[in-house]
Amino acid sequence: MSKLPDAELLVETLAEQIRPLLERNVALVGIHSGGAWLAQRLQQQLGDDIPLGSLDISFYRDDFSRIGLHSQVKPSSINFEVEGCHIILVDDVLYTGRTIRGAMNELFDYGRPASVTLAVLVDRGGREIPVEAQVVGAKVQLKPGENLELTRDQAGKFHFILHEAA
Amino acid sequence: MNNPQLTKDGKLKHLLSIEGLPKTILNQILDTAESFAGVSEREVKKVPLLRGKTVCNIFFENSTRTRTTFEIAAKRLSADVVSLNVGTSSQAKGETILDTVDNLIAMHADMFVVRHAQSGAAHFIARHVPSHIHVINAGDGRHSHPTQGLLDVFTIRRHKREFHNLRVAIVGDVLHSRVARSEIHALTTLGVPEVRVIAPKTLLPADVERLGVQVFHDMRAGLKDVDVVMMLRLQNERMSGALLPSAQEYFKCYGLTQEKLALAKSDAIVMHPGPMNRGVEIDSSVADGSQSVILPQVTYGIAVRMAVMSILAGNPE
Repeated sequence: MSKLPDAELLVETLAEQIRPLLERNVALVGIHSGGAWLAQRLQQQLGDDIPLGSLDISFYRDDFSRIGLHSQVKPSSINFEVEGCHIILVDDVLYTGRTIRGAMNELFDYGRPASVTLAVLVDRGGREIPVEAQVVGAKVQLKPGENLELTRDQAGKFHFILHEAA
Repeated sequence: MNNPQLTKDGKLKHLLSIEGLPKTILNQILDTAESFAGVSEREVKKVPLLRGKTVCNIFFENSTRTRTTFEIAAKRLSADVVSLNVGTSSQAKGETILDTVDNLIAMHADMFVVRHAQSGAAHFIARHVPSHIHVINAGDGRHSHPTQGLLDVFTIRRHKREFHNLRVAIVGDVLHSRVARSEIHALTTLGVPEVRVIAPKTLLPADVERLGVQVFHDMRAGLKDVDVVMMLRLQNERMSGALLPSAQEYFKCYGLTQEKLALAKSDAIVMHPGPMNRGVEIDSSVADGSQSVILPQVTYGIAVRMAVMSILAGNPE
């Protein structure tokens, strides 16, 4: 692709779209690792009182039997009552949709949320299962071998980098 | 060197003993267990990792705690679990170990958890099974009990965070203890600088210093300023031999009392692999006291066994 999206700008867009959704019982849950950073930032921008959680979906991946367990699994952390909560599930890049499926399966093992809204920084298409985001920072077109990765620098600023399959 | 526990590219295929495992693999198990510890506190205490897999617990020797925690761990990973007490089944009718194993393989078992009174039994089975099957040693003779060693270091890490500044004492019947051997290998591999063993001469292996430990026969000297006290079970049958004069005598010299524990650091933790002989190796007031982490050990044992099973299942040959 010609020009990488400006991650910092997209975070602003995302925050503005989420602001109207902040009803009483809302929580932000980020998917490890990019989504967890984003959810943390969104909480800073939208209100410190919003409960924040993170999910590492390693135990819910559908390709476990092919690639095994990731060598660095991080603990998932949901320290609030999921039951009856309006969850905003946050991830950096929406691609096949499989990660979101895993995350929702894990989320429901903590309880039954009142609703789940998916918010992603970018949607790059290429879905393999019927999962769509309600809140999208930007849609981008990528070639099949290309992958976008969100990084966070030492100052805490977000950047996208592009990986191309050899 | 060919390590039967590892695949060609160095991943964990079987868990047979801690000896010979690199620090990276021990840390991977401990880190993964950290994530599983959270699973057991959730509304739904289950993850779908081993859905469709069959785990067979084959216990040629009795054990309640180890078998139950392996069973719960496998179930929390969504595996199907079969537990056999072989002492009361076909073995009693004369079937060999390998015939028992082959029959379970014919039933499409994917993983074996094996306890046996003979050292090397799990290795023997691991050499025999086809390459897609994983074997976990749940205790073999005096040799090894790797998941116990791992849950012990996991407990220490949870309470002390780092290993590199610890002084750890292992007290009791080291000679007959597979738990002690696994603990010593785990502690030294993870970089604990000072591991002490405290026991009478009759309950220590002749070459115990070669494992990298300091030997104490006087419990009071050995407990001085330690961060962790790991008690061992004194098996009752040892009393009948010539190794020890009596249980009372043993308690007097090597039983852990509040008064002896006071010689360790004030924040020292007390561990025991169970089952405990209260009043023989440990006083009830210590076992139930504020420094005891004996029951948390049991809880952590589930997370550690979940970690081991899921790492193995994800590493096909």
